[in-house]
Amino acid sequence: MPMSNPGNRVTQGQFSFLPDLTDEQIKAQLKYAIDNGWAVNLEYTDDPHPRNTYWEMYGMPMFDLKDPAGILMEVNECRKTFPNMYIRVTAFDATHGWEAPRMSYIVNRPSSEPGFNLVRTELHGRNQGYSIVSYATDKPEGERP
Amino acid sequence: MSEVTEETIEFLADDACVNLQEEFEKSKVQDVLDKLDQELIGLVPIKTRIREISALLLVDRLRQQFNLSSETPTLHMNFTGNPGTGKTTVALRMAEILHCLGYVREGHLVSVTRDDLVGQYIGHTAPKTKDVIKKAMGGVLFIDEAYYLYKPENERDYGGESIEILLQVMENHRDDLVVILAGYKDKMDIFFESNPGMRSRIAHHLDFPDYSAGELEQIGELMLKEMNYQLSPDAKKVLKDYIPKRMSLSHFANARSIRNALDRMRLRQANRLFADRSKSLTKTDLITLEAEDLLVSRVFTEGKLEGDPI
Repeated sequence: MPMSNPGNRVTQGQFSFLPDLTDEQIKAQLKYAIDNGWAVNLEYTDDPHPRNTYWEMYGMPMFDLKDPAGILMEVNECRKTFPNMYIRVTAFDATHGWEAPRMSYIVNRPSSEPGFNLVRTELHGRNQGYSIVSYATDKPEGERP
Repeated sequence: MSEVTEETIEFLADDACVNLQEEFEKSKVQDVLDKLDQELIGLVPIKTRIREISALLLVDRLRQQFNLSSETPTLHMNFTGNPGTGKTTVALRMAEILHCLGYVREGHLVSVTRDDLVGQYIGHTAPKTKDVIKKAMGGVLFIDEAYYLYKPENERDYGGESIEILLQVMENHRDDLVVILAGYKDKMDIFFESNPGMRSRIAHHLDFPDYSAGELEQIGELMLKEMNYQLSPDAKKVLKDYIPKRMSLSHFANARSIRNALDRMRLRQANRLFADRSKSLTKTDLITLEAEDLLVSRVFTEGKLEGDPI
């Protein structure tokens, strides 16, 4: 087991080096996004590869909310539906000039995160190509836990 | 007094004293109640109930300081009453009061009708209803004409699905939102008969009484003041005659009928001023409604309403 990252925790987005956020903490972060007028949406995936940028959307992005309780309700429903997947909350800023996600953090992880396999490829000459493959995606999509 | 904050909750000792008056002043609820008294004429039973609810919430807050936990009180409400008795106005004010008392976090009002909750095809209703609920979280969800949600004559109606979701949220998210239903008394009674679960989840059934002629007169004057108009002394007398006459006619909608009458008066006043436009006008001319503006009303001349069959 690597000393630097026990449990192979995927570190993507905000707060990912911290212990998992509690619901209270998630709520506070959601409130921050709402107060700034950002639209919050939920996404999920079972492939933690860093290049896997576009995750599946859970429902529509949530506009015009005043209170984070509604989003937390949706987060919990998503957790119930996909207990063994990565779920992240993204807050999108639609203001001109930004038009980009301003916050993004993981709110649910699979019970075990197997980490990545480092694949070395021989290239021309004595060059080496490196890539990583997630163990989580070893099996075809329908057969993953 | 020790502050109750999220991080360090310090409870008071058993023999400590708290001051209800102080807490009351801090909550600013008196301002809201005063405003309610000034801007809403009559409606005594409603005001009394609102006062009772504010008392309960204030006392609850003091109890919390002694760590006397109690279930969050259910504050879902049902407003029944004839048209124009002020149901929507009170609902709006309710959001403000509950916010002052710290019962709802944001204090906004989301006003919806059947269209916003019920979808048009299978699977459309649940997301629609949930969307509305999410928007109302932290505030008050006001469902106007709530009896339309349930259409017993159509067994394939999706209204039932929406009611089911609402019931669930009303039970599980009691601290997150307050649901207020409104509608005419007889129709709401039928609605509750077919949805007994809904009736039992609503703690406060408030019935809005019809206004008396005197109250309607006061309401009329208040409306005019808001619109920057005034009645001449003669017009005041005529309005006094007009109100009981209008009340006896069909389709009387309390304050709303008065508003319509005043709107028609404004129309006639404008026409009257326009008729002799060569005359120069003073500010008083522009803001004064004369007796003749109301006397030509069909309620006086024909004893019936515009568009009514004889």
